[in-house]
Amino acid sequence: MRHIISVLLENEAGALSRVAGLFSARGFNIESLTVAATNDETLSRMTIVSVGDDGIIEQIVKQLEKLIDVVKVTDLTATEHIERELLLVKVDVNPNTQADIDRQIDQFSAKIVDVSEDTYLIELAGQSKKINDFLDALDASKILEVSRTGVTGVCQRREG
Amino acid sequence: MKLNGAKILVQSLKNEGVDHIFGYPGGAVLHIYDALDAQDDIKHILVRHEQGATHAADGYARTSGKPGVVLVTSGPGITNAVTGIATAHMDSIPMVVISGQVPSALIGNDAFQEVDAVGITRSCVKHNFLIKDINQISSTIKKAFHIASTGRPGPVLIDIPKDVTITQIDEPAYVDTIDMRSYQPIVDGNPEQITKAAELILSSKQPIIYAGGGCVIGNADQELREFTRQLSFPITQTLMGLGAYPAKDNLFVGMLGMHGTYEANMAMHDSDCVIAVGARFDDRITANLSKFCPTAKIIHIDIDPSSIGKNVAVDVPIVGEVKSVLKDLIQALKGKKTADISSWWSQINEWRSVDSLAYQTKEGVIKPQSVIEALYEVTEGKAIVTSDVGQHQMWAAQYYHFDEPRRWINSGGLGTMGFGLPAAMGAKLAEPNLDVACVTGEGSIQMMLQELSTMLQYNTPVKIINLNNGYLGMVRQWQEFFYEKRYAMSYMDALPDFVKLAESYGHVGIKVEKEEDLKPALIEAFKQKDRTVFLDIMTDPSENVFPMIPSGAGHNEMLLAGRDEMASTNDEGLNLV
Ligand SMILES: Cc1ncc(C[n+]2csc(CCOP(=O)(O)OP(=O)(O)O)c2C)c(N)n1
Ligand SMILES: [Mg+2]
Repeated sequence: MRHIISVLLENEAGALSRVAGLFSARGFNIESLTVAATNDETLSRMTIVSVGDDGIIEQIVKQLEKLIDVVKVTDLTATEHIERELLLVKVDVNPNTQADIDRQIDQFSAKIVDVSEDTYLIELAGQSKKINDFLDALDASKILEVSRTGVTGVCQRREG
Repeated sequence: MKLNGAKILVQSLKNEGVDHIFGYPGGAVLHIYDALDAQDDIKHILVRHEQGATHAADGYARTSGKPGVVLVTSGPGITNAVTGIATAHMDSIPMVVISGQVPSALIGNDAFQEVDAVGITRSCVKHNFLIKDINQISSTIKKAFHIASTGRPGPVLIDIPKDVTITQIDEPAYVDTIDMRSYQPIVDGNPEQITKAAELILSSKQPIIYAGGGCVIGNADQELREFTRQLSFPITQTLMGLGAYPAKDNLFVGMLGMHGTYEANMAMHDSDCVIAVGARFDDRITANLSKFCPTAKIIHIDIDPSSIGKNVAVDVPIVGEVKSVLKDLIQALKGKKTADISSWWSQINEWRSVDSLAYQTKEGVIKPQSVIEALYEVTEGKAIVTSDVGQHQMWAAQYYHFDEPRRWINSGGLGTMGFGLPAAMGAKLAEPNLDVACVTGEGSIQMMLQELSTMLQYNTPVKIINLNNGYLGMVRQWQEFFYEKRYAMSYMDALPDFVKLAESYGHVGIKVEKEEDLKPALIEAFKQKDRTVFLDIMTDPSENVFPMIPSGAGHNEMLLAGRDEMASTNDEGLNLV
């Protein structure tokens, strides 16, 4: 099953490689990983999406907690949570395809953030499924470049 | 007063109570060596190879319970130390390794003797640091010792660029407390879990206590003894746990696992309640997981939550220090009556009567098992025994009946050949008044021979018991069993004359070729209190370690000496190690 694991860790040099190294050394899988400092600049928040059965996810959580730099680990999937991902996609536009692309942008409430003579740069935030659906809805042969941030998420309860 | 980084570092080590450093100098650590030279509180042991430094510090730590301290230079200094760091990591041994690094300005430039020490060691340390600022030296040292020696202990590396050791600042004030929001090891077990465990213990009819290295590392030997005797339950110990519970006690059913006793493994297999104390269900212990303890409920006490449920599903997990949890359990069980387990004991005694450690003697050959038995006799079971890795290690574990913790020093997790000799040196420095024996093989000893020189320089007399079978015996045994006796590269040709070799290093060498010379030679060796004596003992080259659970088999499928001389394994087993 897919799990979103949120990790609060010391904002120290090397902390990211400790986490990444742990996943590769123990053969855990990473679908995506995002990290940035929090409002407290001594702390970073990392969001990892991984796939595994309950035993594996339990091990991932325990092994993360064991890292000295890690302050707190939460399996967001086990609680009420909000997840978001940001997509930037560059597509080829020409008079023949423009109408269709405009319609998809409208339908998904995506946003054009840059326009050139023959390209659009489109931004879309949402759950990963929505982003997958949007990419599916675009004509694949017109997609020039895709960049996704990977999932970030927060727990809805006051105490995360 | 202004101090440079090197002096601050040395002062910080003194503040942590360090009395020995095992190390080797080089460009990146010269300021630190200069600072060490200017003081007398810390004794520096100049090894002959950095791997030797880590194993010696490790032997010192396992014997004394205090963190072992290592100092090496950048580049090849730290890469040579990696094997010893990984060895300590696998066995949860507290160690602090300080490595020099090229000057900050050169980091990342492929400078002379630059390696990414923090990157290389990341997966084999509990934690590591790169000190970029002189103001962080004293707090980092404090943290390193705290991390290395609390919770589940382990090695911590501190990498220090050379420029940081020569800059000067005002002498920092000593901070004696530490609080890390991200590192707070659990001490006490959850009371509800302890109650649950007690209930399960009281209702079990075929219980067994399975105690591991955590009981030694966690100084829980007294609690383990009280707990076991309170219940009169059978107890088995892992290779790493030996000595926590006395081997000569009748409740002890021997070591378990691949070369454990028949009764220990059979009891594990048939048990209805396994009480795991500071053990981690390692593959040498469990054998085939799908056949492991099919009818048992499992209680698992461990300091490391990630050890619980990793290999085997657990019914009652208790996270905490084994010492504290055992104390609470003893309290919870006080005055309570256990189920009648007399028929369980009769069954165990029946298995015991198989006498799975019996071995055949042969006219004119020295049996390796008999060497360990003689060693036990001559030292009255009181020596510290270190070992290398191979058949001799298993025989030492099986036939030297350890009655006290921290007397059996071996590389269990990583299985590092070369560990034994430097570890013996470290052990002797930690316990100068105890006899120290290093049980080794002609293969293993050649991996760290150079430390014989260090041992002369610092006068650390140990007795080297070389079970010389002319083979990488453990490899040969597997080839005999599983590769139709095709002995690929397991014969040790062109061996040195170990007697002359010992003598050339300034030690005493004795060769033993006849059974009748064995005991007198051992007595003579231990009589020479202040000399290192190398006993080169020619043992039966064809002897195998029994009993044995072949790869892929279960605890109830042991091979016994005499009964099953030839083993076979299935395809699945051949892929295991
Ligand atoms: C550094 C290292 N390399 C290889 C091995 C694999 N290995 C395990 S036991 C063994 C043979 C050891 O031979 P020896 O020291 O003579 O001991 P014996 O088994 O003959 O008692 C080998 C090669 C190891 N454990 N460690
Ligand atoms: Mg040998």
